Amino acid sequence: MKDDQYSGLEFLEQPSEMEMSRRDFFKTAGAGIYVLFTIGDSLVSWQERQGIPQRSTPTDFNAFLKIGEDGRIACYTGKIEMGQGVVTSLGQMLADELDAEVESVDMVMGDTDLCPWDMGTFGSMSTRIFGPALRTAGAEARYVLLELGSEHLKIPVEQLTTANGFVIDKTKKENRVSYAQLVKGKKIERHPTGKVSVKKPSEFKIMNKSLTRRDSEEKVTGKAKYAGDIRLPGMLYAKVLRPPAHGSKLLDADISEAKEVEGVQVIKEGDFIAVLHKYPDVAESSLSKIKAKFDVPKSDIDDKNIFDHLLKVAPEGKVVAKEGDLQAGQNGAKATVEATYFNDYVAHSPIEPHTAIAQVEGNKATVWASTQNPFTAKEEVARELGFASQNVRVITPFVGGGFGGKTRNLQIVEAARLSKMTGKPVQVAYTREEEFFFDAFRPAAIVKIKSGITDRGKINFWDYHVYFAGERGAQHFYDIPNHCTTVYNSSWVGAAGSHPFATGPWRAPGNNTNTFARESQIEMMAAKAGVDPVEFRLQNLTDKKMIRVLKTAAEKFGWKPMKGPSGQGFGVACGIDAGTYVASIAHVEVNKTTGMVQVKRVVCAQDMGLVINPEGATIQMEGCITMGLGYALSEKVVFKGGEILTSNFDTYEIPRFSWLPKIETVIIENKDADPQGGGEPAIVTMGAVVANAIYDAVGVRLFQLPMTSDRIKEALKKT
Amino acid sequence: MTERIRFKLNGQPVELTTDSERMLLWVLRTDLGLTGTKFGCGESFCGACTVLVDDLAVRSCATPLKNVQDKGVTTIEGLAKGGKLHPLQKAFVEHDALQCGYCTPGMIMNAFSVLKKHPHPTVAEIIEGMDDNFCRCGAHNRIIQAIQVAAKEMERGN
Ligand code: FES
Ligand code: FES
Repeated sequence: MKDDQYSGLEFLEQPSEMEMSRRDFFKTAGAGIYVLFTIGDSLVSWQERQGIPQRSTPTDFNAFLKIGEDGRIACYTGKIEMGQGVVTSLGQMLADELDAEVESVDMVMGDTDLCPWDMGTFGSMSTRIFGPALRTAGAEARYVLLELGSEHLKIPVEQLTTANGFVIDKTKKENRVSYAQLVKGKKIERHPTGKVSVKKPSEFKIMNKSLTRRDSEEKVTGKAKYAGDIRLPGMLYAKVLRPPAHGSKLLDADISEAKEVEGVQVIKEGDFIAVLHKYPDVAESSLSKIKAKFDVPKSDIDDKNIFDHLLKVAPEGKVVAKEGDLQAGQNGAKATVEATYFNDYVAHSPIEPHTAIAQVEGNKATVWASTQNPFTAKEEVARELGFASQNVRVITPFVGGGFGGKTRNLQIVEAARLSKMTGKPVQVAYTREEEFFFDAFRPAAIVKIKSGITDRGKINFWDYHVYFAGERGAQHFYDIPNHCTTVYNSSWVGAAGSHPFATGPWRAPGNNTNTFARESQIEMMAAKAGVDPVEFRLQNLTDKKMIRVLKTAAEKFGWKPMKGPSGQGFGVACGIDAGTYVASIAHVEVNKTTGMVQVKRVVCAQDMGLVINPEGATIQMEGCITMGLGYALSEKVVFKGGEILTSNFDTYEIPRFSWLPKIETVIIENKDADPQGGGEPAIVTMGAVVANAIYDAVGVRLFQLPMTSDRIKEALKKT
Repeated sequence: MTERIRFKLNGQPVELTTDSERMLLWVLRTDLGLTGTKFGCGESFCGACTVLVDDLAVRSCATPLKNVQDKGVTTIEGLAKGGKLHPLQKAFVEHDALQCGYCTPGMIMNAFSVLKKHPHPTVAEIIEGMDDNFCRCGAHNRIIQAIQVAAKEMERGN
């Protein structure tokens, strides 16, 4: 596996040690067959190379599966379900390897007491890194069952097979024994030996077949529990006093009036002030009775001048790819294109705001939380309360969307702190305003590109500089003899003094910005060369996978060669993310008077290797395309210094029904290749594909995301 | 003002004495323990808190309790009858019209109201009726399909 598939991942928090040792685990485990496994040796070696301490990945095991006496199969993992559908796809893998029904597989996820340590759910890793390990474990368990079956039926293993939860004599089908029967009264531990092979694609019965979500029924009836839906006796709802801006200091607070409200409890510890009540709405209205004065630091940085500021404070660049000689390339170029691209800060905005409920009893804490990294939360709570970490349990119910944003766990720590102080269970749930205020935004970023073409329409040099977006997706995949890619601030977290507030990973971190810049630049060169944009890409590509993906998209779209701008409103963009190759083609309409863009149709082709659940993968692609419309067209955080002026959906517009284009997706059949990421790739092309289509429609190029109607009108005016 | 409020909740009479200016959302979720109705924005923008009052969609985060005095309130928990999913719920499941599922109760309740107004809806009518309900996961196109299928199913009297 190539290194770059992991780039952009970051391990901000390291757990102190593996919490659940094998021995502890077996003391409490009941009867069953247990296969203990570790995910991704490749991940461990990657961490080694990055200088990440080894203890962060348990050498022992960090997931296991169990076949119980009832014949049910359970997978215990610290990963979580936030809509991406892993409850379904991981279940499919296990059921297929074990020749069992999907319905007999239970996924036990994100509970730090029941599941072994996991670093978190992000980076499109569940399927591509966890998946193969899970399948190997499943295959191992099947082999154990065959051995047990052989003993039980007194038939050699070679003569046995498995189907529907039974070990069966190949020569005499009625000679069979169920998994449940075989497991009864036994306790068997295995680690994958590597000797048992997983199924070949031709043997799949459940994998690579579409399956609808397994969690829908709970979700359409209102039964599905999210963190905020947990009810505990005596629970209080807390509202915490917030500063008007990041970096503010509380000078003075008068809590007397809030205290008067019947049933209200006010907590004040230093500048941490919270109002608690048995009703959340009463807590909130009482909070507004607190008169607080803050010292707000002065700052002239706002969403308009942030880019100048960032360029000024940018750290030294790091060359991440280089070949040939840029100067020689430039000398040989017939035409050059030089451009600077920008994108504003973007929020995650899951519809479920950050929420947590904590119950501290004695020296033990139990927390229910909406989080993408429960094991990190556990450490954070332990540290805050001064508890041993084995005394903290974090349970992750359904998560109402994450997109990278639910890796910060401030609300969890606050709930735990308040529960300890009051001796009661406490819920902290963000309002929408708090959700915007505390979000670790996708960073504002700048990309500068200078590139050139020969008279034969070949790109002969490419000088690429990206500031603050991060490294993921910065490297191009075109065939360019002289090129250099320089990254300034390679993480989504900015160097000190750069961003006025927190920034963090946002669905396909870095890659949205990088793909927007690269694919806009490519299209500008195509126009300069007077070559059709699809044709131009093809003549500058040697990567067979990308060529196939692009041709597939073009064919599905019914692409006819054209010279841009053609007035039709068609645009193309390609990208690679999390090992998956994507090509998108869009059709847009632009209203020249209002500057409004309507995306009419998006065709997206993707090569993601082996697909476990094609239906699930398609849904993820649709989700990416839809969410991507927002950062392309409207989403932008408005701020002044540390003051976040964006506070709700009236000013922060996320995609709605009337924006939706017709979406057509194609997943390229590639069963024999390893599975790659699915939850992020298709979103990376959305900025560029819309920008290129706008250019084709009205002949103006937008260099900044989002391409709001005002910016489009402005650009039209200039021509 | 503390008042005695009576209304029908999912067909059952309820009575409570509380400040009648409190928003229905919080009363449902806390006092009455029905957590299917979700909080998303608290200011009428997102639709996650949508419930039916006399079969019409309202945003419970902005509906004071006094507004439902003597009325009928239906939440997502009250839609399935006798263990049988409502055609909208069934269609959402069959079309995978959800991902994280957090917007789903509000989507379904709002769709119910749209279909009351337009029993034979065009796609344009569905889009217009649903446009102020937000989904961050991007299930929109599938939700539209599910509503169309449910409308046909309901026409058949199911
Ligand atoms: S929570 Fe009521 S509309 Fe958003
Ligand atoms: S399914 Fe997640 S917000 Fe709609």
